[in-house]
Amino acid sequence: MNQQVSNNNMMSQRIMKLVTPFVAGIIFGLGLLVSGMSNPAKVRGFLDVFGDWQPALMAVMVAAIVIFSVAYALSNKMKQPWFHSTFHKPSLTILDARLFIGAALFGIGWGMVGLCPGPALLNVMTGQEDILLFVVALLVGNRIAHYAVGPAK
Amino acid sequence: MWGELAGGALIGLAAALLWLGIGRIGGISGVVANLFLLRQGHRNWSLYFFVGLLAAYPLYVLLAGTPDMQVTDNKWIIAAAGILVGVGTYIGNGCTSGHGVCGTGRLSVRSMVATCTFMVFGMLAVLAMNNLRTYL
Repeated sequence: MNQQVSNNNMMSQRIMKLVTPFVAGIIFGLGLLVSGMSNPAKVRGFLDVFGDWQPALMAVMVAAIVIFSVAYALSNKMKQPWFHSTFHKPSLTILDARLFIGAALFGIGWGMVGLCPGPALLNVMTGQEDILLFVVALLVGNRIAHYAVGPAK
Repeated sequence: MWGELAGGALIGLAAALLWLGIGRIGGISGVVANLFLLRQGHRNWSLYFFVGLLAAYPLYVLLAGTPDMQVTDNKWIIAAAGILVGVGTYIGNGCTSGHGVCGTGRLSVRSMVATCTFMVFGMLAVLAMNNLRTYL
């Protein structure tokens, strides 16, 4: 009987491990679309602080950070996530040249076109050539950095 | 304003669900990097998240119609920017979601520094391009 219960629990855990990231992906994508983060022109308007600045996207960052920080605070009181054995807390804390250079290069690319990785992947669904070119270039850049520099330790 | 707040709340909710549900940081550049990995444990959740992200698009179109999306048609700028974003997010270990939302929400100094850095360089890139355009 107990064996049966534990088998059922394991089964539902395995299903939830699949369903959770899938649902999170849908909600994340809807968030990008509803907020307008998925529109490169709007993102460049937000970054155009010295010109015709459109600050509305600031609200996206603020709302997202507030909600995530509440969830993170809740997790400090939990032994483990709902459907997994451990919290995979990022281990890097160092402020090194690698972090600055990486963030700076990313920022330049982000400003040039107005696409960061989330909206770029999401917009693949538009089937537009320009987006596909951006995503292919992004993946190539990812591999160049992987083979040239390797993962951070 | 309300659309931005609601959309941001959804992004925060998605990151919260990923963290509380399976203990993973919802960083898209991490997801991209994980998709290249052959180690099962890291790749699976990233793959399901990625499929969900793509599924959001037709769902949105169905509910609200085709979203606005304007992007430059200069292929050289797009290719160069794509490579910079790919290299930069790999070297800096994160982007707008991982550092900007999750890292800042965790009060990680490293992520806050990264977020300020890419915001400032993004602003400078827009400034430079808007001014160069009048000379080109």
